[in-house]
Amino acid sequence: MNLLIEAVQWLLDPANWGEPNALGMRILEHLAFSGAVVLVAAAIGIPVGTLIGHTGRGRGAIIAITSGARALPTLGLLTIFGLWLGIGLEAPFLALLVLALPPVLAGAYAGVESVDRATVGAARAIGLTERQILTGVELPLAAPVIVGGLRSAALQVISTATLAAYISDTGLGRPLFLGLKTQQYEMMLGASILVALLALIVELCFQLVQSAAARRAEPQNGRQHRAHSGARERIEA
Amino acid sequence: MWDAPGIVGLPDDREEPRVIEFDAVHKEYPDGTVAVERFSLIVPSHRVVALVGSSGSGKTTLLRMVNRMVDPSSGTVSIDGVDVRSMDRVKLRRSIGYVLQAGGLLPHRSVADNVATVPVLEGRSRRQARADALGLLERVGLDTALADRYPAQLSGGQQQRVGVARALAADPNILLMDEPFGAVDPIVRDQLQAEMRALQADIGKTIVFVTHDIGEAFALGDEVVVLRTGAEIAQQGAPAEILANPADDFVASFVGAGTAQRTLRIRQVDGRDVVVDGDGRPTGVLER
Ligand SMILES: Nc1ncnc2c1ncn2[C@@H]1O[C@H](COP(=O)(O)OP(=O)(O)OP(=O)(O)O)[C@@H](O)[C@H]1O
Ligand SMILES: [Mg+2]
Repeated sequence: MNLLIEAVQWLLDPANWGEPNALGMRILEHLAFSGAVVLVAAAIGIPVGTLIGHTGRGRGAIIAITSGARALPTLGLLTIFGLWLGIGLEAPFLALLVLALPPVLAGAYAGVESVDRATVGAARAIGLTERQILTGVELPLAAPVIVGGLRSAALQVISTATLAAYISDTGLGRPLFLGLKTQQYEMMLGASILVALLALIVELCFQLVQSAAARRAEPQNGRQHRAHSGARERIEA
Repeated sequence: MWDAPGIVGLPDDREEPRVIEFDAVHKEYPDGTVAVERFSLIVPSHRVVALVGSSGSGKTTLLRMVNRMVDPSSGTVSIDGVDVRSMDRVKLRRSIGYVLQAGGLLPHRSVADNVATVPVLEGRSRRQARADALGLLERVGLDTALADRYPAQLSGGQQQRVGVARALAADPNILLMDEPFGAVDPIVRDQLQAEMRALQADIGKTIVFVTHDIGEAFALGDEVVVLRTGAEIAQQGAPAEILANPADDFVASFVGAGTAQRTLRIRQVDGRDVVVDGDGRPTGVLER
């Protein structure tokens, strides 16, 4: 209990927010690094997953790869990449990418695949091109699941990004590892609390985005009111 | 009473031909199911041809060969003498109105946006297309207040009307209708059929209408084609011909099932003339 109070005191100590610890800077680093990993994972995972979901081809391969990747220990990967790429951001970036890709891929392909085939067939039958089907039908209907994949990727990356400090000098892992090394446990715990808070905030943001996506995919569950008043306005106009 | 609504006196601008021709069309699906066996039929311009047959007789397959959702294994489908296989799929589909068996509306788009889909893709402004959509909704007997609802907020019958409105939106010359009134109760169905007749008298499209209800085929088709399994034509002709002269037992049993409901008799009840159907169930009162 004492340690917890000390950790909170450490967090509240203005000295830790200015130089040389500059917690604000660490938080930004942590967020930027995690965000970059998730962005790259999204840039690779969403198109690939969407294509697999749309065509139904390569499904087996992607399930094998993603479940295989999920089984890899991130710390082990980090060590291997570190030995290969040396000190710096590259190794943790790659290790976290391996962590983030499976949920993003799975979300994209499962989301697109779960769209009612009859709806897709109908869109095709009235003359939508494959591209229009993808962007106008499958993606909006799959969006809640896709965002769900991004959400779990982001959470895992934010909590695991502390490992980056193991091999490079960045993010909230820095005070965490420093505290461990110098037996300043209030520092270690304080940094952990910050990581948890960050994860919580990001989680909340994703929840908002996800429910917005769900409202668009299933507008009948929540936009009735606006829809109806819209109709009335137009008819009166 | 089976007289089809002959389309007379169409305005000149609708006189351009829109003939659909199936020539020895054969379809075997990859799993070996032969859905259609050497089917030939000419669907004349501005006429309604009703394909009627039991479930699995190949009706949907035939329709989908017209808009190239299915390509025949052999034989050709042509429109005004042009093999559809030489046409661009997307252009072809946009030029044909298709009412799907299960509605097929896009669940995340409002009713008006669903109706406006193809016109917008074809470059009409969203505003204009939505305004046109409201007109079309009225035309198929829907309250325009429904325009901003989503498909899941409509009844089955309303959804099917939206499907019809969507098929009409790009003003196609050809309409393919796959059991468009399948999911509604008999009363709404009769009403939709009556509206459909009035609409067709007005717009004069070339329509292939699929149904498994012979009564509906008689009510809507200028020509009725009775199909057996494999889309084999059991009989084809005007409703009155088929009714008066069923070609064989198969057609007779099909027609019989329809006539039981449709043959009406008058029975005196309490001094009034009550109309009863073939099963003796009252359907109405005769006014004199
Ligand atoms: N994609 C497909 N792959 C394999 N077989 C199919 C496919 N689509 C249809 N069939 C088969 O082809 C036959 C004709 O099917 P079709 O859907 O054309 O019948 P239908 O007359 O429209 O039936 P319903 O009245 O039930 O809609 C059936 O035996 C069906 O199982
Ligand atoms: Mg069918």
